[in-house]
Amino acid sequence: MGYFQGFAVTFKKLWEKRVTVPYPEQKRDKPARLHGRHVLSRYEDGMEKCIGCELCAGVCPANCIYVRGADNPPDHPVSPGERYGFVYEINYLRCIHCDLCVEACPTQAITETKLFEFSFTNRTDAVYTKDELLVDADTGQPQHLPWEDWRPGEDEDTSGWMRATSPSGSAEHTGLVAWAGELGYGIRAPEDGQRSEKEN
Amino acid sequence: MNLLALDPLLSGDIDLTIVLIVLLKAGIAFTFLLISVMLMVWFERKLISDMQNRIGPDVAGPWGILQTLADGIKLFFKEDLIPDRADRFVFKLAPYLSLVPAFLVFAVVPIGGDFRNDAGGVVTWFGHQTLLQVADPPVGILFFLAMSSIAVYGVMLAGWASGSKYPLLGAVRASAQMISYEAALGLAMATVFLMSGTLSTNGIVADQATWNWNAVTTGVVPFIIFLLAGTAELNRPPFDLVEAEQELVGGFHTEYSSLRFALFFLAEFMNVITMSAIAVTLFLGGPNGPILIESVAWLWPPLWFFAKVAVFLFTFVWLRATLPRFRYDQLMDLGWKMLIPAALGWFLLIAALNVGGDRGWPTWAVVGTGMVVGVLGYLALTGAIRKATLDRSGQDFEGVN
Repeated sequence: MGYFQGFAVTFKKLWEKRVTVPYPEQKRDKPARLHGRHVLSRYEDGMEKCIGCELCAGVCPANCIYVRGADNPPDHPVSPGERYGFVYEINYLRCIHCDLCVEACPTQAITETKLFEFSFTNRTDAVYTKDELLVDADTGQPQHLPWEDWRPGEDEDTSGWMRATSPSGSAEHTGLVAWAGELGYGIRAPEDGQRSEKEN
Repeated sequence: MNLLALDPLLSGDIDLTIVLIVLLKAGIAFTFLLISVMLMVWFERKLISDMQNRIGPDVAGPWGILQTLADGIKLFFKEDLIPDRADRFVFKLAPYLSLVPAFLVFAVVPIGGDFRNDAGGVVTWFGHQTLLQVADPPVGILFFLAMSSIAVYGVMLAGWASGSKYPLLGAVRASAQMISYEAALGLAMATVFLMSGTLSTNGIVADQATWNWNAVTTGVVPFIIFLLAGTAELNRPPFDLVEAEQELVGGFHTEYSSLRFALFFLAEFMNVITMSAIAVTLFLGGPNGPILIESVAWLWPPLWFFAKVAVFLFTFVWLRATLPRFRYDQLMDLGWKMLIPAALGWFLLIAALNVGGDRGWPTWAVVGTGMVVGVLGYLALTGAIRKATLDRSGQDFEGVN
């Protein structure tokens, strides 16, 4: 009677809970480490974190990042170091949101928010310029462009996953907060390190 | 014999009122069929998504009930493509060849009427007695077989006229499948003719008026064979090799788009409804059922009819949600080596019982002889299959079978 067990299975499904979420009206909670639209962060004094090193552009597998660095003007420095990102563009028609740029960035200047619902209607809008990617100098919040559908919480924990990795290449530094606060939410508590409780 | 004589409406002189009544009945049947196809497509999508833990269409209208309408309108405005290598005339003709038979079959199905006390399903409309079916020709149910054979032409010509390989393969499969299962279907139906002693659908339904439904009186086996062969005839899962998406893209209608595709789609779902209606008529007593409230007695037969049809429609969707597709050789094995011999054997048994009843032979002797003949036939069949397999393989060892 193995043939008929399948009929019982499909019949029982009639009363089970539906797994579908009617998407535009209801939205599932996003994972804490979802890869979405990038932001270029600032330090809390308003200085840009980007130093124009082009490591993100170098590591990008989709070749969607274009960076040109320039020397900081001595009287009006844009970033705390010697150089700053003079041109910074991300083409979202190419970006695959792999987050390799975020891993490559030595100053944690580029991170990804959880926003993925942005639908532009022309190619110019698809290429995000530095002005669009930079967070607001006063509030530290990312800019809300007209074609982006920002929901509450999408700008939180933008670089949370970074905390689990070692900021300076040594596992001993794991979990130490060595960076400025981001996106106006201040300095967050460090996550657990790479070692288990037993090792510590 | 007058082709139309069985309907009391047409037995006397024909005046304008009668013509109008006939037109009204045709119009009602047409509208009813179109609306029920619309609801069937929605029902199938909704039910199959329920069986797969999904929600299904729920945007157009309440519970998405207007989804089919929206799809139809969309298809209507799509570009109509005809392939370069298509036979243009046949390509345009084929959808109608499958649609029109699907419409016509429903004309012989009685959907209501009072069959109690030999009333014969007659209702009175505007002072005229008539049957609740568009036509009741004496050939009755043979008309259904004829129409379903014509529908094969629709599929075959569509595949051939497309000038493309997948439609052609789908069409060859379709015609082979439909023709082979039509034999089993017809033999299963023949047992019903033996029991009822008539081909007229009205007569078959009237014969089942006292709860002696043919599904039981013919011994269940023909009913099961009819359901299996009917599902195959409809090209529905698990027998949907005709449209096996993974192998043949869309089967015979791959090259069709826009309204012509919609016509095939319409015909397919209409066939599901008419096949269910025919199954109800032949085996489950048609509109027969208890009249629960006497004051609205006219309402109950159509209600019973629709309820029975709905059970079949549910079953068809349930089959689709549950069973994987047959392999082509399994399909042919089931049709030729199981269904046709079983239907033929059962038909002979019923015939022998009928003759035995007339001649006064004892039932046990007839059944006993029938069983002996059946076992001999089964052994002969399996032996022949075994021999054929061995011959084909040309080896000492046995082949796949």
